[in-house]
Amino acid sequence: MLDTSGYSCPEPVLMTKKALKDRPKDFVVIVDNVASRENVTRYAEAIGYTVTTKAEGAKWTLTLTR
Amino acid sequence: MVRLTKTVKSSGCAAKLPVGDLESVLSSIPLMEDDRLIVGFETSDDALAWDMGDGRVMVQSVDFFPPVTDEAYDFGQIAAANALSDLYAMGAQPAVAMNVMCFPSCMELSVMKEILLGAQDKVREAGAVIAGGHTIADSTIKYGLSVTGFTTKDRLWRNSTAREGDVLVLTKRLGVGIINTAIKADMASDEAAVKALESMKTLNKRAYECAQDLAIHAATDVTGFSLLGHLDEMARSAGLCAHVDTAAVPVFDEALELARFGLIPEGAYNNRAYMEGRVTVAEGLPRELVDVLYDPQSSGPLLLAMDEEAASTFISRFGAPAAIIGRFSKAEDSHIVLR
Repeated sequence: MLDTSGYSCPEPVLMTKKALKDRPKDFVVIVDNVASRENVTRYAEAIGYTVTTKAEGAKWTLTLTR
Repeated sequence: MVRLTKTVKSSGCAAKLPVGDLESVLSSIPLMEDDRLIVGFETSDDALAWDMGDGRVMVQSVDFFPPVTDEAYDFGQIAAANALSDLYAMGAQPAVAMNVMCFPSCMELSVMKEILLGAQDKVREAGAVIAGGHTIADSTIKYGLSVTGFTTKDRLWRNSTAREGDVLVLTKRLGVGIINTAIKADMASDEAAVKALESMKTLNKRAYECAQDLAIHAATDVTGFSLLGHLDEMARSAGLCAHVDTAAVPVFDEALELARFGLIPEGAYNNRAYMEGRVTVAEGLPRELVDVLYDPQSSGPLLLAMDEEAASTFISRFGAPAAIIGRFSKAEDSHIVLR
């Protein structure tokens, strides 16, 4: 799991990129703003993951699967 | 060597306050009026216009932002091109400018010198002069200019006077905000970085000159609020609906690819949230293309409204990448329709 709370773009995408280096089957990323939610989703989808998003208070949990 | 963009959180026009926040404050402050102020606050135009009483109009604006590129000299050029663009967008010839600088007291002074030299060269290219300015110590660099130019009453271009049936002409490619975000992430190609830099350094002077003797019905420049944000202001203030042919919009191919990988500045999402409910998007448009239309531009293009004949004259003079990207129709439920 990766928590990107407190980071702003493009940092969360870079953190996600690093975390997905070994291409895990499933991975969870927590984001705390819309730009990070959208950008991490775009990145994950661009490299072949399916993303499901769940809102939890002021944060979102993105579940990445491939 | 200091990489200027590494010293700041957001860069260029992406550093603008969200437009909704700004409007909520400005709408609560009484408008100042004067008979000689012929363009003021109310239409969110690019600059103020002051009637000189002898047929001439003085046009004035100020614009400054954090570094949008790593080289100080380039940043100075871009900041100047960006500030001067507000005058060109009003149909005015730049005359005088003043520096506005925030600079860290611990940073090498050679950086400040390079910024000022870059700006000076760009202002000279515009046929104007810099005479003075103001500098304060701050934690991060911000630089720009207050600019003043002149036009005549019958040649003043407003953003609010487009007519039904006008076509829309855009004069530079879009996507520099996305490419700048990718540069910060070290994910942009050198080629993309060079293209974005060249575009941002380019004055809107030639676009202004090519349009001088044409009947321009309305004009603005595309900066922090993105193509769709500035187009919304044009459509809303004229009581029209803008139909955009997205396939015709000149964009950097690299920006589309980088947007697909999520290298989009936060400002683009602020722009999108602000426009919620006012833009209709045709089904099946690529997401990354729509993303680029919300991308904040630093030193972006002019967006001109005119009749079709004037547009074809303009494009034959100006050349690529100028293109007709859409057309104004009667007001509809949304201000902008993307197809």
